[in-house]
Formats: sequence, C-alpha cells, structure tokens
Amino acid sequence: MTGDTVPRYPTLRPGPFDPPAELAELRRWEPISRMEYPDGHVGWVVTSHHLARSMLSDPRFSARSEFKRPPVSRPGADPFYGAPALPGWLVDMDPPEHTRLRQQLAGRFTARRMREMRPEVDQIVGRLLSDMERHGPPVDLVQHFALPLPSQLISALLGVPYRERAEFQRHSETLFSLQATAAEAAAAMAELYALVRELTKQDRGQHRGLLATLTEEGTLDAEEIAGVGVLLLTAGHESTSKSLALSVFALLSHPDQLAKLTATPTLIDNAVEELLRYLTVFHFGVPRTPLEDVWFGGRLLRAGESITVSLPAANRDPGWFGAAADRLDIERRTTGHMAFGYGIHQCLGQNLVRTELRAALPALFRRFPELRVAVDPGEVPLSTDMSVYGVQRLPVAW
Amino acid sequence: MNITVDTGSCIGSGQCAASAPEVFDQDDDGRVVLIESRPAETFHDLVHEVAQCCPVQAISLDEY
Repeated sequence: MTGDTVPRYPTLRPGPFDPPAELAELRRWEPISRMEYPDGHVGWVVTSHHLARSMLSDPRFSARSEFKRPPVSRPGADPFYGAPALPGWLVDMDPPEHTRLRQQLAGRFTARRMREMRPEVDQIVGRLLSDMERHGPPVDLVQHFALPLPSQLISALLGVPYRERAEFQRHSETLFSLQATAAEAAAAMAELYALVRELTKQDRGQHRGLLATLTEEGTLDAEEIAGVGVLLLTAGHESTSKSLALSVFALLSHPDQLAKLTATPTLIDNAVEELLRYLTVFHFGVPRTPLEDVWFGGRLLRAGESITVSLPAANRDPGWFGAAADRLDIERRTTGHMAFGYGIHQCLGQNLVRTELRAALPALFRRFPELRVAVDPGEVPLSTDMSVYGVQRLPVAW
Repeated sequence: MNITVDTGSCIGSGQCAASAPEVFDQDDDGRVVLIESRPAETFHDLVHEVAQCCPVQAISLDEY
C-alpha cells in the first residue's frame, strides 16, 4: 500500500474460511487506519483485537443509525443508515434508549433459560436429521437442517407461527442482501413490521411467546414490540443458520479437527467458540461514530467520522490468539473472541446460538459419520454479497 | 480473591453464569447475581477468564 491512496474495505476472500488478506496487513502495520467508504468519503477501519475491544466498550463511540455508514456498498441499507433508528431497533441506539429496550429483553435470554431450551433443541435436531435420512442423499444442508432449526426455535420463542417462515425468510434475505435496492429493502422492512404486528395480535393460548408477553406487560409500545420482533426474527434466521452451515463446511474441510471432536465429545463447547471465532460470519464488522473529537490508538478521530470495527480481523489477531490465529484449532484458548461483538450491543441471542450449535453439530456427525460435501468444495456457493457471510447451499451426502 | 460486580452496567450477556455457574448467576432480568464473592482457589483461573469475557467489564477482581 502506498502512502497516498486510501484503501476501501477489502472483500476478496482467499478461501471460504479466511477473511481478506489485506485485513491482516492493516492490523500488522496500522491497526486503526484510514479507509475510503463506498460514496468516496474517508473514515477509519479498526483491525486489532485490542483496539476493537476498546472502541466497542467506549461510550464516546455511538451506534446510532443517524451516523452509521456501511463499509461496503449496500443500497438496501440507505433507507435505514443515516435515518433515526426504527422503533424497537436497539442495535441502532445508544443509552438510555438502548438500555431501556435491552433491559426488557435480557431476562428472556439468560444462560439458564437457554440451557433449559436444550431438550427442545435436541428434539428439533433429531426430527430434522430423521427427515434428512428419509429423504436420502444428497440433500442441501442449509434448507434441510441449518435454516429450519434456528427458524423453528426463534419462531417458538417469539410466539409466531412457523408456517409464516417462507415469508420471513424471503424478506430477511432481502434485508441482508447487498444486491437489494433501497426501495426493495424498505418494502421488505415494512412487510416484516406488518407481519409481526399481525402475528402478535394472534398470539394467544397456553405457550404465549415473547411478543405477547411484552404486549401484556405494556412497558414497550406496539411499534417497539414489532421492531424487536423483526430484529430478533431476522437475526435469529440469518446469523444462526449461516453459522451452523459454515461450521459444518469448516469441520468437513478440516478432517483432523472433526476427528478430534468425534474422539473427544467433551471438546464441543470449546469447538463451538473456536468455530465462531474462526468463521466470524459478521464479516463487514460494526459501524461506530465518535460523538466528540477523540484521541484513540494514537490518532485523532473527529466527531462524526465513520469507523468500521472489523470483527473478522480482530478475531484473527495473533497478538491475542497467538501465532497460529489463522488456523482452526478446536483445542485453543478462545477467551475473548468477538464473534458476537463486544460492549453493550453484544449479541442478545448469543447463548441461544451456543445452545443450538452445541446440540446440532455433534448430533449431525453422530447420525451421519460418513457425512461429506457432495460437490467439489470449490463449487459450494458462498454468500459474499450478504452482510452475514456463509454458504448459500451445502450439498451433502453420506 | 474478592469479586465485586457492577449490576448497574451489566447487560445480561450471561457469559459469567454460563461459564462459572458456581460463582455467578442471573436474576429474572438477566442481571448478574454474585453467588460467591470469595470463590475457592480452584475457580480463580476460570473467574479471571470470565472477567475478561464480560462485554461491559462489570466484574472486578481484588487479589490479596
């Protein structure tokens, strides 16, 4: 890199599991560096673990959508970035608004509650695997396993009927796609709000979900509840299914690691953390903006400037994870990985994601010990053009 | 070791309660509850890890 050209956020991956190589270069030489945004304005990118952690836990850096600018060109983000946060959309808010919403939700996602969901998770996993077996090889693991599992769970948790999933998945895909136009994304969001509003009204009976409970409590208004519902549904579908399918692809591509996991099932918890770290599906990172001029990492960041905190770069930092940070090693120390982000916005559903991955991965390989990718691994279609990275399809056989 | 927690800044990520349930729990709102402020030595390494993982650094450790 020469001194006078400002790079853009790199997107070209050397392989299905590794983030763009330029990120490592930046991290080595200039862990907070200048970056050109798609519309030509110049901001910053943060690539080291230390600075990423500092920034995401520093209240001087705002997450408000009025200031947010995506690091890659996403016309579909235009209606939302730069405008005030939608009701209930807590990822786009700072305290105290963020605090009020998060406090209403944190109690539903406690470690204990997520552990208590384990039997239900195991049951759904078992059912899906039996369906796969009946179907016979080859099957697309995304459609038959990685997507229906989180979809059924988040639907049950929120109290929306699973039969609406096709509609949710379609709109959710539009929202996360880099290809969607501004009009398409705005329409998808409006549809999702309308759908959740309607389903919340219908949610009655014995096992009322989160949305009906929030309605009864009356602390949040109807629009906020709809927004929370849309946010949790889309995140629950997109990020979890991408993590699960990509984890399977990674294990099948690292037979030594898979053999270790099969031989020592107690490694599963650490293996899940390592897969989350190594794959970091939130591959464009997190946008932040300083509310005042801030000296940070030896640079002066001006109020209002765009910053991207690159989670995949931070999660491969040898300064934190050791010299072999670029290797998948299910026995490594994974403490402090940032796959779920860091700070007050850290993923609300992280313990649910852990429960799902810990249940799903061992069960899949127990049921199909001979599982393999049914196409040339180079032909597995990757969703590089989505804000959540992963495989679009994963044809498998056994 | 003496542990103190700042419930005011806790966001209920639950990593402490998930990793060291003998030492940390969560209340119905997800906020951290300290079960054991002076845990046995066997837990010290784990508690260090947990404190490091807390996304809002709400866990402070006094070593003596």
